[in-house]
Amino acid sequence: MNEKNDWPLWEVFIRSRSGLNHKHVGSLHAADADMAIENARDVYTRRNEGISIWVVESKYVIASNPGDEESLFDPADNKIYRHPTFYELPDEVKHM
Amino acid sequence: MSESSMLEKFEDKIKREVKIEPREWMPDAYRKTLVRQISQHAHSEIVGMLPEANWITRAPSMRRKVALLAKVQDEAGHGLYLYSAAETLGTSRKEMVDDLLSGKAKYSSIFNYPTITWADIGAIGWLVDGAAIMNQVPLCRTSYGPYARAMVRICKEESFHQRQGYEIMLTLAQGSEEQKAMAQDALDRWWWPSLMMFGPSDKDSKHSAQSMAWKIKRKSNDELRQNFVDATVPQARLIGLTIPDPDLKWNEERGSYDFGEIDWEEFWNVVKGNGPCNKQRLDARNKAHEEGRWVREAALAFAEKQAKRKSEKEQVA
Repeated sequence: MNEKNDWPLWEVFIRSRSGLNHKHVGSLHAADADMAIENARDVYTRRNEGISIWVVESKYVIASNPGDEESLFDPADNKIYRHPTFYELPDEVKHM
Repeated sequence: MSESSMLEKFEDKIKREVKIEPREWMPDAYRKTLVRQISQHAHSEIVGMLPEANWITRAPSMRRKVALLAKVQDEAGHGLYLYSAAETLGTSRKEMVDDLLSGKAKYSSIFNYPTITWADIGAIGWLVDGAAIMNQVPLCRTSYGPYARAMVRICKEESFHQRQGYEIMLTLAQGSEEQKAMAQDALDRWWWPSLMMFGPSDKDSKHSAQSMAWKIKRKSNDELRQNFVDATVPQARLIGLTIPDPDLKWNEERGSYDFGEIDWEEFWNVVKGNGPCNKQRLDARNKAHEEGRWVREAALAFAEKQAKRKSEKEQVA
């Protein structure tokens, strides 16, 4: 079983209907981009799950390091003034 | 961060029902357990196509044929979702496929039984997919994110499988005497192997306790088996078929059915590779893999050639 090379891995993103953004649904192997689109259609949209597909070779996805979670995202915790409920308004103002 | 504080953080997430995601720290044994379980699950989907494919060309009507084709295609898709989920843990597709083809990896023993009549297709959809759903619904809440997401997709698709199987059984059970006998015969042969699908009894299941603690598994083997019996017995009765178990009896106190002892000797024998079709299934997978080799190589050669042409064109421009 000495396969010369394995087909590369691709990440698949599907837009389920107009107006919504593409969402990551999973991955698959394919020899090239055209085949990745064809396989994604067969694997991830057999029941009208999508109207548009993006594929990107997995090696090109740059991800944040899970170990940096605290330093990246915790600073947002104490900035409550970025939310509308921080501001006190008279009751007479119904919607703002 | 030290190993012990990472472990503490991991266990805290498990406790709070926060999913574990691919690149986060996890204990090696958790990773290994997941790779084993998810890849076995994927192999089962792939090998599971074989007994059903046996009847695609001989389905009794066009309606049955398109449904069976769609179902078998779904199983291929389910295998793929699961292989992809396992790959996020750092194993490769090639490693997993090699382990299946060499016989090192296990898959569900149910697929080592033969499909000798059309009614077997009904029994598989109704019982085997029914048991699989019973097993898979709690796995939608499993602690590893990619596995849980794959299970959600699979469960959504699987419900049609069980309904198409039950419809086949219903039709046969309402047919001629021969057809009814065929349905009963299929139930007789598939009932016990279906109960075995839930695995060894809790007291004999070596991985269960740790998997439950890590919330990889959410319900025990015996609990799931009981749920399956309770759900399936009335369905058999409704279409006039008899469950082949003289000890089957409603237990008022438990609000569940009591049922007979499973033949564990048969179970372990099939797990060890001595079932009626173990060799046939592995031979079929190996043959398909070998015969597909030139296609995989040609696709890769074509992709390389296209990429080279494209880069040459860009250089000229």
